[in-house]
Amino acid sequence: MNLKSLNIPVIDFVGRRKYAMIFSAILLIISLASIGFQGLKFGIDFTGGTLIELGYEKTANLEEIRSKLISADFKGTNVQYFGSDTEVLIQLEPQAASSAKLSSSIIRMLGEGIDVRRVEFVGPKVGEELTNDGGLAMLYALIGILIYVAFRFEYRFALGSIAALIHDVIITLGVFSLLQIEFDLTVLAAILAVIGYSLNDTIVVFDRIRENFLATRQVEAGPIVNEALNQTLSRTLMTSFTTLLVLFALFYLGGEVIHSFAGALLIGVIIGTYSSIYVASSTVLAMGISKEDMLPSEKEKKEIDARP
Amino acid sequence: MNHYAAWKNALIVFFLLISSLYAIPNIYGSDLAIQVTGTGDYVVDEVDLDNISTILSDSDVKFKSISIDSRNILVRFGDSQSQLSSKTILNNLLSRNYVVALNLAPSIPQWLGNLGGKAMSLGLDLRGGVHFLLEVDMDAVVSMSIDRYYNELRTLLRKDKLYKKIRKEETFLVVNFKNENLKNDAKKIIKKELPELVSSEVDGSPLDLILKISLKAQNDSKSSALKQNITTLRNRVNELGVAEPIIQQQGLERIVVQLPGVQDTARAKEILGAVATVEFRLVDEKNDVQTAIQSGKIPSGSKIYKFKDGRPLLLKTSVIATGENIVDASSSVDSDNSPMVNISLNNAGGKIMLETTKEFLGARMAVVFIENQVETIIKDGVTTKKRTKTQDIINAATIQGTFSNRFQITGLDSAREARNLALLLRAGSLSAPIEIIEERTIGPSLGADNIQKGFISVLVGFALVLVFMAWRYRVFGLVANVALTLNLITIVSILSIIQATLTLPGIAGIVLTVGMAVDANVLIFERIKEEMRTNKNIQKAISSGYEKALLTIADANITTLIASIVLFSFGTGAIKGFAVTLSIGIITSMFTAIIVSRAMINLIYGGKKNKELAI
Repeated sequence: MNLKSLNIPVIDFVGRRKYAMIFSAILLIISLASIGFQGLKFGIDFTGGTLIELGYEKTANLEEIRSKLISADFKGTNVQYFGSDTEVLIQLEPQAASSAKLSSSIIRMLGEGIDVRRVEFVGPKVGEELTNDGGLAMLYALIGILIYVAFRFEYRFALGSIAALIHDVIITLGVFSLLQIEFDLTVLAAILAVIGYSLNDTIVVFDRIRENFLATRQVEAGPIVNEALNQTLSRTLMTSFTTLLVLFALFYLGGEVIHSFAGALLIGVIIGTYSSIYVASSTVLAMGISKEDMLPSEKEKKEIDARP
Repeated sequence: MNHYAAWKNALIVFFLLISSLYAIPNIYGSDLAIQVTGTGDYVVDEVDLDNISTILSDSDVKFKSISIDSRNILVRFGDSQSQLSSKTILNNLLSRNYVVALNLAPSIPQWLGNLGGKAMSLGLDLRGGVHFLLEVDMDAVVSMSIDRYYNELRTLLRKDKLYKKIRKEETFLVVNFKNENLKNDAKKIIKKELPELVSSEVDGSPLDLILKISLKAQNDSKSSALKQNITTLRNRVNELGVAEPIIQQQGLERIVVQLPGVQDTARAKEILGAVATVEFRLVDEKNDVQTAIQSGKIPSGSKIYKFKDGRPLLLKTSVIATGENIVDASSSVDSDNSPMVNISLNNAGGKIMLETTKEFLGARMAVVFIENQVETIIKDGVTTKKRTKTQDIINAATIQGTFSNRFQITGLDSAREARNLALLLRAGSLSAPIEIIEERTIGPSLGADNIQKGFISVLVGFALVLVFMAWRYRVFGLVANVALTLNLITIVSILSIIQATLTLPGIAGIVLTVGMAVDANVLIFERIKEEMRTNKNIQKAISSGYEKALLTIADANITTLIASIVLFSFGTGAIKGFAVTLSIGIITSMFTAIIVSRAMINLIYGGKKNKELAI
């Protein structure tokens, strides 16, 4: 099949993969450096502590709230507007004696007639457990995917997709660390969803690479991979675009509570689209994939022969 | 060849009709309602229904309708004003056999309800409410059993004067004997009478014996403590009046409590976590408390207690009655308008009270309020539990006349305090202290906001995708749009049928599925376009486009499914909601985007001799 004769623009992705690698390397280094030096701004789900969201009828006076908290001897408080200037978010680090009662006493202290929109309290032990569970979830998701891809394709593809996933996760975390956006449980869920999404993209490309290897006599891997990337390009971009459309709707209209969740998905989808084009297939190429690796087992061969 | 058999089309239509039917309940709103349920074994009946409807009519409260199902009476209202005032009226007039709770009742037409149609159940973040995770202090459970065995052991070994001394440690008992023989006798008796105790020797002191509670007995007492706490919590929640509360065991030492729609969360927190009881003790009138404090010598049989304001008083150590003897308690005000709690004791308690008041007429009796608290404290990275026991004298009043099982406690600070104390005494005390280790409260206003914002973002995201697809793929785009709409309907109907809880992250999951569901169609359409470039026969392009895309779609979706299943198994509440809708969305999208869209394309283009496809 000759793409040029079909009026499909041919972009030399494989030839430019060196630039992509440098680009990815820079992003990864910045991300890792930020995560290493600055760290993530973990929310109370992981650190433990108390969070109170209050709704005032008029513009709330943050200074007054702060001074009241300080005079009542609360340590490590953070008071800020949340969404609008009539809504206030108060966050408290775990106190020497953390208990669910703190929030009640703060609300009582700030006075009557305030709308208590949200109270969250996470005890220190629970925070620790959520962190461990979160880390485990990430690990198991990666292992599960690795097994499935290795089983459906070939181990080099599995490694390629995992490389792309780790790339996406690190860079998404890096953006959260750089911009110091709060990292809570919903963001963790978003990152796991990004893993699923980015993989979805990668699999589609891999599927095409395998198909092309089997359909042609050409033995050189580079052009085959490049052809697959071009063939799937419009689908990759279309799907990312529709997903981004709904994510923008969530990001701007979904409210403060899922703002960072939608943000994580937005970043993840963009990075995931890029990585499925450049990172995943580059990794596969770098590990030296060849036509022989693609030859199907007897059973699969029959299935393919049976195709029209 | 692009033709589905008639039965296949019929099956698809049938399936879509069913799922639309079960999605319909969600378009009806819900009524403000009051739910009346019987407590304990009592089940409400038609008589109660008439009674309630008479009460409300007599009080001039307007309500829309009143109905009864297997367990509840449901009164629907047009506005929150009459809903709230009815709750107060019913609470005052109905006996304590009933729980009166505010609720939202979906207003589904009768025929749909008969078919089993239900609206999706909304999570706490959408309807407002409280989520608590409570941890039972199991160390305290063990140390309480140690106390119990200490007493039993003393009684058991006392009659033959077998032991010299028994010492109580945190998790075990040490018994000291005069000689080997007595020790051996005691060992035999213990083995027979208290088999839950495991004995071991102490190195270097052969006349000592260490007794530990066997692991099995420990676990038994832990699990019974947990069960008993759940029962007490359920009683307390009933007292608070909450519709559809969830009180569940989680793991070995935790309890989840979810109270949808609770307005006064501060009170819920106070009530749930409180491990409070009262004791009735006589005042030691013979000795002066000031002399006792100054000399440091506390008369035997007495102990110093303090009022809340710090004033000390000598009370006798023997207890007349405790919270365990209380069968009922209610709060009211006395003639001076100061708050009080009316107490009813059981027979045993009443008998002792009668004897005591007869014997000590003119002396003072004190009511002591006891509260156990446990807090987790982190210091230098080490978590420890801090237990505090407060014992305050509520009042000490002169016994004016004899009384037995009915009397009042006065001297309370506020009506709120009286109400809470009455509730706690009524619902029974917790068998072990509990601590709230996680709380998530969503106020009603934020819940309403979340629903609205979630709904709008689904709508806008959906509309954007529809417009884009129609523009990019023309007729095929419209087909994809119909498939997408059907997908959304199917997701909603499945969520309604399995009654999965819809949360805000759940809505995000649906939004994400909308974005991703078109992926399958995009894959297919791009493939058809490609096939058309090499092969001019459109029929062949359609069928091979669908076929070739199928495996890719399956691969891609299964991997996403793996990720969402992992999310489901590790996630807590909010994340689970996201994983559920995402998983359902992935599965339904395979059906609508592949099979339903194919059926439509077949109907439009199948068998025709078109030269062009509007793609």
